[in-house]
Amino acid sequence: MTVAVQNVDTPGVNPAAAPRAVSSGGRRRGAGLIGLAPFAVFVGFFLGLPTYKIVVGALHGPDGSWTLASVRQLAHDPYKDALVQTVKLSLYTALLGGALGLAIAFAVVSSTSTLLRHVVSTASGVLAYFGGVPLAFAFLATMGPQGLATRWLVHIGVHLERFQLYGFNGLTLVYLYFQIPLMVLVIYPALEGLRPQWFEAARNLGASRAQYWRFVGGPVLLPPVLGAVMLLFANSLAAYATARALTSGSIPLLSVQIANTLSSNVGPSQENLGYAMGLELIVIVALAMVGYSLLQRRAARWAG
Amino acid sequence: MNRRTVGLLAGVLALGLAVAGCSSSSSKNSKAASAKSAADLGGMDQLAAAAKKEGTLNVITLPRTWANYGAIMDDFTAKYGIKITDANPDGTSADEITAIKSLKGQSRAPDVVDIGPAFTTVNKNLFAPYKVATWNDIPDSQKDADGAFYQDYGGYVSIGYDANRIKTPPTSFADLKNPEYKGLIGLQGDPTQAGAGFAAVYAASLANGGSLDDIKPGIDYFGALKQSGNYITVAATKASVESGQVGVTIDWDYNQVAFVSALKGSKVDWKVVVPKDGLYASYYNQAISATAPHPAAARLWEEYLYSAEGQNLYLKGAARPVTLKAMQTGGTVDQAALSALPAVSGTAQLASETQIDKAKAALVADWTKAVS
Repeated sequence: MTVAVQNVDTPGVNPAAAPRAVSSGGRRRGAGLIGLAPFAVFVGFFLGLPTYKIVVGALHGPDGSWTLASVRQLAHDPYKDALVQTVKLSLYTALLGGALGLAIAFAVVSSTSTLLRHVVSTASGVLAYFGGVPLAFAFLATMGPQGLATRWLVHIGVHLERFQLYGFNGLTLVYLYFQIPLMVLVIYPALEGLRPQWFEAARNLGASRAQYWRFVGGPVLLPPVLGAVMLLFANSLAAYATARALTSGSIPLLSVQIANTLSSNVGPSQENLGYAMGLELIVIVALAMVGYSLLQRRAARWAG
Repeated sequence: MNRRTVGLLAGVLALGLAVAGCSSSSSKNSKAASAKSAADLGGMDQLAAAAKKEGTLNVITLPRTWANYGAIMDDFTAKYGIKITDANPDGTSADEITAIKSLKGQSRAPDVVDIGPAFTTVNKNLFAPYKVATWNDIPDSQKDADGAFYQDYGGYVSIGYDANRIKTPPTSFADLKNPEYKGLIGLQGDPTQAGAGFAAVYAASLANGGSLDDIKPGIDYFGALKQSGNYITVAATKASVESGQVGVTIDWDYNQVAFVSALKGSKVDWKVVVPKDGLYASYYNQAISATAPHPAAARLWEEYLYSAEGQNLYLKGAARPVTLKAMQTGGTVDQAALSALPAVSGTAQLASETQIDKAKAALVADWTKAVS
């Protein structure tokens, strides 16, 4: 059972298994460290160093002295609003995208058609990475005020006066366009790992369908689902070109605000403020990771 | 080869790649680098010879369709045989300044920049002072007295619209409130970041009782336009205009004129008008990087841009060259290009760097609230 859990646990690592992996014995540990070196160098260069630079930059002023001025600015609008809107958008699209993606992946896994499986997994692979300005334009051309679908709806007498593509709901919809396929892509292997034999065994032992999900399917799937939703959350946190092309600053996402502080045609760059917002994003992800690992530990206990 | 060796090799390779990315060059022509005019190098011919020897000029963020820069760069290369590398054509003024700082000492660092007014005085120590031969033709208010930076071309905020779809042509900011334009008006981008978007709000402020010291009425104006549904936050691009999503934009007149020719042959009939109620103009600035890898080519480029030839090429792109008055007096101006410019009644006051900084801060604080 435990082995099976690890098999399907694709997005996250089972934390309970980690300490056991470190073996005793000095020589083998030394060899392990050398093997780790390239990875450590890589992480140091592409994660450690940038993070260090962001933290230091966030705590410095433009003149090079230590100051909390940039971090303090985050408490004021539009940056305060940006934090709220960013987290809200990421949370909504991660939960909605996660639920819908899970449902689709379930339907596909349960289907007997291999063609359907191939089509859905290939399409998900493509659509999950369809973003940026082209995506914004595609939605604009169909659902914008002058879009094809909008005009057609008006033609048959339906007026969606309250729906605005470039409003918060519209942006959520556009984000779901890449969030749902990403969920399908990441959760699909985990669902495939759910053996039909387990269900049959549970039924033979007298379990109802609900009991099977409560005691077998649910606990096995929970860690990978949590990991995938976490990934979706971070994915939407970082997205920016689509929102920028659609909103012109009316929804001040942190990613867009960071770009504005670094690359502007209107005023000198405010790198330190950009760093401070970067730090804010790191803190959000760190908090989400802590929450995720707590949930996962709880899920592991549930699984027994 | 066992797995550990492969891992080590991969690590070394990654390090090597990281180091290779930072290769530098140190070709220095100290005499040209400190020259404050062509005379310092013994005249224009000597400057041209030194520039040809360098063979390359690094420019940055010059889109070929912007102010006729495509033709200008081609003509410069044809005339002097100096190759031009145009880095990051769609970048911003802030990107240019960042490139000067971060690429310092490298052969790919920018030699010259073309920057908005808010980026000049604050970065003065990054620029090498230089005065072109036609220095006196540039009005005093449009250049730094030491020659660190100098305005090159400018334009007016203008309204562009698709005459095939818009029945009543707009001529002012007040006109844009007409319900006929519902869901059709788009800006070039987020005004807190995009130059033309910022200028549109500034101009709208002037049209609604504001001043160069007060951009607030402009913010309120767009807030009301958003409320009525006329203004949509979608970025106005060739694609969104051509597909009919955006029917009216507010942008620099030279960009709008470039739009006219870019959209020729499509079903869009683009027309440009400088609004009579909000007259706002702004000029870009030239500056030579103090750490330019090709100091002679950089200086020759400036001489070329400020010659009648270069200035007239700006004019052909519907951008108003800074020495226009002197060229009109001297009779060197391209009359055909001059008369093709969109008509302007009156003169616009130019905003100072401090005024722009103040307006930007106010805009950043209030824009989101106004249009959300």
